[in-house]
Amino acid sequence: MSFLGKVWAIVVKDLAAELHTREMVSAMLVFSVLSLLIFSFALDLRGAMARAAAPGVLWATVAFAGTLGLSRSLTRERQTGCIDGLLLAPVDRSAIFFGKALGNLIFMAVVEIVLLPLFSALFDASLLRPGMLLVTALGMVGYATVGTLLASIAVNTRAREVMLPVLLLPLAIPLLIAAVQATSGLVEGASLGEVGGGLRLLVVYDLVVVAVSLLTFGYVVEE
Amino acid sequence: MAAGLTTVMIQVRDLTKAFGPRTALAGVDLAVEARELVALVGPNGAGKTTLLRILATLTRPTSGEVRIAGLDPARAGEAVRRRIGFLSHRTLLYEDLTAEQNLRFYARMYDLTDEAARVRELLERVGLTERWHDLVRTFSRGMQQRLALARAVLHRPRVLLLDEPYTGLDVEAAQALTGLLDESAGEGCTTLLTTHDLERGLALGGRIVVLSRGHVVYDRPQEETDPATFHETYLELVN
Amino acid sequence: MGEKRGVLGLVLASAGAAALMAALGMVFLYAPREATMGDVQRIFYFHVASAWVGFFAFCVTFLAGIGYLVRGERRWDILALSSVEIGLTFITMTVITGALWARPVWGVYWTWEPRLTISAVQLLVYVAYQMLRASVESPERRARFAAVYGIVAFATVPLSWFAIRWWRTIHPDILTGGEGMAFTPRMSHTLVVSLLAFTLLYATLLRQRIRLERSSDALALLRARQPTN
Repeated sequence: MSFLGKVWAIVVKDLAAELHTREMVSAMLVFSVLSLLIFSFALDLRGAMARAAAPGVLWATVAFAGTLGLSRSLTRERQTGCIDGLLLAPVDRSAIFFGKALGNLIFMAVVEIVLLPLFSALFDASLLRPGMLLVTALGMVGYATVGTLLASIAVNTRAREVMLPVLLLPLAIPLLIAAVQATSGLVEGASLGEVGGGLRLLVVYDLVVVAVSLLTFGYVVEE
Repeated sequence: MAAGLTTVMIQVRDLTKAFGPRTALAGVDLAVEARELVALVGPNGAGKTTLLRILATLTRPTSGEVRIAGLDPARAGEAVRRRIGFLSHRTLLYEDLTAEQNLRFYARMYDLTDEAARVRELLERVGLTERWHDLVRTFSRGMQQRLALARAVLHRPRVLLLDEPYTGLDVEAAQALTGLLDESAGEGCTTLLTTHDLERGLALGGRIVVLSRGHVVYDRPQEETDPATFHETYLELVN
Repeated sequence: MGEKRGVLGLVLASAGAAALMAALGMVFLYAPREATMGDVQRIFYFHVASAWVGFFAFCVTFLAGIGYLVRGERRWDILALSSVEIGLTFITMTVITGALWARPVWGVYWTWEPRLTISAVQLLVYVAYQMLRASVESPERRARFAAVYGIVAFATVPLSWFAIRWWRTIHPDILTGGEGMAFTPRMSHTLVVSLLAFTLLYATLLRQRIRLERSSDALALLRARQPTN
């Protein structure tokens, strides 16, 4: 089986496991909705303020919900020593990484698909623009990639899942800034060209973290 | 002694493994020939698990030489992994998948061409055909170990590495394991297993190697080991 | 051998002490009083110098991380952890001096202007690194994980810098936008000496920290070899 075939087999495995339990995605969704509510109440978001805050609240929610999914995904591998099972097989370590990262990306995407219309309705901000697809995709690729790498580290510490937000969020700052700015621009009616600055940042960020993660993942999983 | 390197399936020379200041293996020499069964016994902390994990390519040694079927795991990792099967007291199974999904996944990871047939065959061999569609989470410990066994031999490995495989097994599972070991030996497998249970080690009928504090302190074939006195000898060796 | 090491340490410490005294002298006596901000501006030299060391120390950790992953030798890990500890101290000073400077100049202790923000981000990353190290029991794993995190984190810090600056060009900070300092040659001299002094200070502290860790290792090794404990 080819490299891509094995990557896909790992993705399918994660999807199948999630289909059986539905724990991860439901937790992420519930958390996201609660987060939305809390932000709305705490900041008393109404009218113009709500529209202005929508991009920030959206991406903050995605970031926090993301850590839930990432932790869960990597904890699954650790529980019965499954990561050893993967390492024992004649599989390229980068295939394992891509498989896990892609799976995490898909779960985040599922949550996002539900969130965008919900946010649009509640914040009276049209987040369902064509440009949003690109911004969302670029943002999630970066987050899922560096998140998978750091989650692999975090689940092997004493603090476990709690360590992930501590490790991940400071590194996600450039991504969040770029994503929020680009989303803001699009919500206010700008074209994709006009939010080019943010898009460029996202692309550079994605390239850097994918490269670094690929180079270092092997060192995380192999003793 | 071996005529050529290829008949020695597991070769370990002056193997050391240190975890910071703590030395787990302090110069281990071991050679296991094709079709041999070696029972590695020793007290907890002797380094048995560490040695097995190094052979299974899960851990890298600090120094020394390792060859599996003549291949160096550091250079030919993938080739080595195709030839080894590993079983530990952890099942290495995905609890949120069914028995069949677990085996099919690993079959894909090992590039098996006869995926469906092989999975069916093994489920039958370990007596789990009826539960193929159930989540591993719902299995008893014994059933999980049987499935783990199936996973370990799925890709027809030439070398079997088993770390305390009998721990926590019920009678059925223990029988399945012993049966499998016999079958594998028949099919030409080389087996290295660890256990802290002396009786079990002696009953398996292969070679006995005693590991203590990171050293090999005893290495004799079954025939030369008198079960009656071995217990005493063992206690002397490890203290 | 021990003697040679002792000499290097002495030279380093002396040079560092001398440079620090020179810097202090220059900051308070040689550098001019700044036109708009007054004497408060003098903190700028220490602020920039500690920011420089904070970043440099992180750079060292990044390289030490690569060294460890490639070589697997403990001394790379010792370098990494020592540099982080010292860097963390300096970056904390950067944030504090930044706040002390901000208050009289802008009227607030904190503002999300680029330089302050990036120091805060670096501080958070340093703290995360330390928390990671504290949370892993196995020394080998700790070194490996820390090395990987140091590498990934360092890769994103320049990205953070650009992102924050870009963000602030779109939404300038009302308070700090348009601020500038009248820079004179005397100020440049003072700054250079301050940078040099702080760098020497970093090197001295680093060396001490490395020696401390090595002694700690030796002790652990002796303890591990004890037959009864």
